[in-house]
Amino acid sequence: MSVFKSTIPYIQRPNRPLHAYAIVFLLVLYLPVLVLPLFSFVDSFYFSFPIPGWTLNWYKEMLSNEPMHAALLNSIRVGLATSVFATILGIMGAKAVTRYQFPGKKPIVFIIMLPLVIPVIVVAISLLVMLSRMGVPLTLYTVGLGHALFCVPFSMATLIPRFHGSNKSMEEASMDLGENAWMTFWRVTLPMIIPGVLASILLCFTISFDEFYLAFFLGGTDPTFPVFVYGQVRFPQRLPNVLAMSSAILVGSIVLVYIAMILRKPTVKKQKIN
Amino acid sequence: MNAKDTFIQIQNISKYYGSVNAVDKVNINIKSGEFFSLLGASGSGKTTLLRMLAGFETPNEGEIYIDGVAMSETAPHHRPTNMVFQNYAIFPHLNVINNIAYGLRKDKLTKDAKIKLVDEALEMVQLPGFGKRKPDELSGGQRQRVALARALIKRPKVLLLDEPLGALDAKLREEMQLELRSLQESVGITFIFVTHDQEEAMTMSDRIAIMSDGKILQLATPKELYHCPTSVESADFIGQMNFMKATVIDVKDGKAQVDAEGIGLVSVPVKGDFVHTGDKVTGAIRPEKIQILEEKSTDGNPGVEGIIKTVAYLGNRNHYYISVEGLDKPLAVAEQEGSIEDTWDTTDRGSRVWLTWEEDALILLKK
Repeated sequence: MSVFKSTIPYIQRPNRPLHAYAIVFLLVLYLPVLVLPLFSFVDSFYFSFPIPGWTLNWYKEMLSNEPMHAALLNSIRVGLATSVFATILGIMGAKAVTRYQFPGKKPIVFIIMLPLVIPVIVVAISLLVMLSRMGVPLTLYTVGLGHALFCVPFSMATLIPRFHGSNKSMEEASMDLGENAWMTFWRVTLPMIIPGVLASILLCFTISFDEFYLAFFLGGTDPTFPVFVYGQVRFPQRLPNVLAMSSAILVGSIVLVYIAMILRKPTVKKQKIN
Repeated sequence: MNAKDTFIQIQNISKYYGSVNAVDKVNINIKSGEFFSLLGASGSGKTTLLRMLAGFETPNEGEIYIDGVAMSETAPHHRPTNMVFQNYAIFPHLNVINNIAYGLRKDKLTKDAKIKLVDEALEMVQLPGFGKRKPDELSGGQRQRVALARALIKRPKVLLLDEPLGALDAKLREEMQLELRSLQESVGITFIFVTHDQEEAMTMSDRIAIMSDGKILQLATPKELYHCPTSVESADFIGQMNFMKATVIDVKDGKAQVDAEGIGLVSVPVKGDFVHTGDKVTGAIRPEKIQILEEKSTDGNPGVEGIIKTVAYLGNRNHYYISVEGLDKPLAVAEQEGSIEDTWDTTDRGSRVWLTWEEDALILLKK
């Protein structure tokens, strides 16, 4: 028997209970999500064990489900418009916050960031009341507007670290070399923050694509995909179709979010000294 | 100063940040082709003044004229100035060629002409063959050269340099000082150089303005600054100086009789009429202007007795600290190294010696 203490540093020593906890945590979190793709291959309208049989029918049916395609297309259109619009506003906001001093800066930033903490349903109902009072017809445009409002804080939160990471003197150097503010933005600022811009577009698209309340309240007669799904779950025979579509989207969004995560992290460049 | 001499005119310029006067009613005239330095500690306003020349800060008061044109209505991108930034501000997404050519977009040159200009610029800053490199593949000194080339390719009337050598190591810095100076002489562009390093300013400049608390303490050539400082602060800023309190007893025929602390009655030549009988002034003398003798001299030069306290042997010169009765701080004395026999060394600590200097070595400064 060794009389010496373990040579592994305390912090590297295995901690069994903590490992077990982590595994349980991940299972609880992701098992339901994994059940979704599983049942999309099951040959039955109902979830039951043992599994009666496997099928690809739901995926085939999904391909010919016209209303579902329309809803998906609506979501993509709203998502694209929202992500671009919110990111443009986010760039402006992030630049203002990081580059300029102006009166009322703190309260203005607070108000812009507010949708992050207000329950979405409150925002959705308020917008609905306001828009109907103003006589604005409810269309996909109003959904996009609501989503943009909701996405701007996320876009700014993604872009502000990028602006902080890029030095203000770069922009001054560009002005010094004869470019005006607009050309300086195109030639210096945008190339330096472009990873943040792409991350913001992806993030906003995902948020918009996924969003239910605003789309439900402001959508009028054109459902987005989440709204369409909500309408379908009431009919058991339609459910497997939704499961198939959801599984496909799940894979797609994991890929998108992963790309966004990579882009969002400001890279620390190693400096070579010759 | 006549019109030809004032290429850049900084006229009564002030900049406030809240209640802080970053730059306080500064007036400077700078000649064409001059290497002009703004020297001061951090927070002295030198960088703010430079940024007002570039147009990145707007003065609260006053006007800057460059080549006769008022700058207050001129945006940074229309000014005839270019700047080398403290951190160089090399565009990280562009290679060396595109960094240097950045400012040429509006010049309507053919591609070949641009390439030729960039090649010349790379040659000038001794970086030929580095064109395809990305900024993160360059060392600090190389980035500095790229920043210099990028600014000079625009052929500005004035090149502004904001502590460009601060980030380099000592040896490279010394090299770059000489290189910058010869570059400036060959291109003939007016350089305005901001630094906190007095040696750097002395090495390179035609004239230096010492700044403190947003004001100009003294504006003169390096030689004048060293030999004829006009205030205790500027004397203290440049090189080493011994200070002692003194009282003016009498002023006559361009000479003042003063009673200097620790030294007694001495006569000091004075220029101008800033000293009057009864004034409290500060006497100042450079360490290398004091001579150490074994015995009291008989040539009539002023002097004082002291005891050697510390000896520092630096090879080419020696530093001594000699305590003198009546002075709080020992006098610093610097001597050129002679032969081994005739220098004082550590074994001489505690010896009584006689310190002497030429009559005009001691100068009087306003308190």
